[in-house]
Amino acid sequence: MSTDAIIPSSRTTGTVRVKRGLADMLRGGVIMDVVNPMQAKIAEDAGAVAVMALERVPSDIRRDGGVARMSDPEMIVEIQAAVSIPVMAKARIGHFAEAQILASLDVDYIDESEVLTPADEANHIDKWNFDVPFVCGATNLGEALRRISEGACMIRSKGEAGTGNVVEAVRHLRSIMGDIKKIGVADEVELYQWAKELRAPLELIQEIAETGSLPVPMFCAGGIATPADASLVMQLGAEACFVGSGIFKSSQPEIMARAIVEATTHYEDASVVAKVSTGLGEAMKGLELATLETRLAERGW
Amino acid sequence: MGVLALQGDVREHAAALRRVGVTVVLVKRPEQLEGLSAIVLPGGESTTLSMLLESSRILEPLSAWVNAGRPTLGTCAGLVMLASNIEDGRADQAKLSGLGITVRRNGFGRQRFSFETSVEIPSLGSPMEAVFIRAPRIVDVEQGTEILGVLETEAGAEAVCVQKGNIVGCSFHPELTDDVRIHQLLVDIARCA
Repeated sequence: MSTDAIIPSSRTTGTVRVKRGLADMLRGGVIMDVVNPMQAKIAEDAGAVAVMALERVPSDIRRDGGVARMSDPEMIVEIQAAVSIPVMAKARIGHFAEAQILASLDVDYIDESEVLTPADEANHIDKWNFDVPFVCGATNLGEALRRISEGACMIRSKGEAGTGNVVEAVRHLRSIMGDIKKIGVADEVELYQWAKELRAPLELIQEIAETGSLPVPMFCAGGIATPADASLVMQLGAEACFVGSGIFKSSQPEIMARAIVEATTHYEDASVVAKVSTGLGEAMKGLELATLETRLAERGW
Repeated sequence: MGVLALQGDVREHAAALRRVGVTVVLVKRPEQLEGLSAIVLPGGESTTLSMLLESSRILEPLSAWVNAGRPTLGTCAGLVMLASNIEDGRADQAKLSGLGITVRRNGFGRQRFSFETSVEIPSLGSPMEAVFIRAPRIVDVEQGTEILGVLETEAGAEAVCVQKGNIVGCSFHPELTDDVRIHQLLVDIARCA
């Protein structure tokens, strides 16, 4: 990328419109977890709309245990140099110092992520303080709205990262989309009760009642491992997919990546999804939820 | 009118077109181009869109559409696809060459430098609110392509909205504001075409 950036005579950066706007541009796309520049290139070649730079994909974090932290800045900078698409990176929940470091590296989106070990058991990052936009995970509508009230500009349903099992992603999506529908038919008095029940700001509940959708783009993450999974979550109302371990833990990452990209675009056309699902080799092995020692989705409040 | 609906901010363009009274078709298959009076190429990721155009078999009919000079609006990634030259792109990136311009992808820098400002588009009246998101820069405009709008920068005025025949491109996102003058312009072009 050329560095001789031109400066407009008057401009405002970091506005809500600019921050949510980048999430709008990613709609219908696939954001892929990558751990090195080579994987980032494979992701870009396959048509990813963005990459998430991290040191270990969630399934390895699960296997290795220990404290999972922000990635080495050098690795993030190398990935930024390798691709022209947006580069995201993860900070621990509540760890605003990690977020400050990522912002100083000019990452395009910061994921305040439950996949890393939380740094604060009560508070999430005050995301209004940053010019760089944030994405946060949510298991239900209340959690999504609390994150939005803290300044998140994109929500992803959490699912259960690193499992290759889509069941939790489906549960979280259905919960969020279901409550949005119910609020859409609630009368004005009931909105107060919804705000109380969801522990969410009344203004955001009222906005949902008016528009029938979340105030920010709603993507899906955590367990997508096949093109069919991508089609499923898109049909359930997700606007884009995050795929973590599902690509680089499959037997043919290049082919799997591209197949998931095409299935995300043509999610409602089963003949396309069937075509791209053919001859993919093995998907990641995946885990049964009952066998998990740590439920990442339970992190965050 | 159609909005290319493979990836990107399709919904905002469809809403803007509906506000100016247009019936919208979301285009994901080549046969959906038939019978349209105009097409919008939305914002999104131009490398992704390029790959999806090809795999969805829309690239060829869309190239023919643009070559024939039929009414087209491209914003941000859409502008990149309409350019005759792309800097900092991928070598295999689709190039429709509907506008005689050279664009530099992400020429204003990464997301932290994305901004809002106002731009001058004299033919459309008063200044227009404009949202630039990891926007491309128009670094060269060839003869035959008209500059409709400029942005004042520290290095002088710079083209941000251009037109060649029935084809219009913006480096910003008129679909993210309530100002529908650019979409109305496309409607007017399609009416005369």
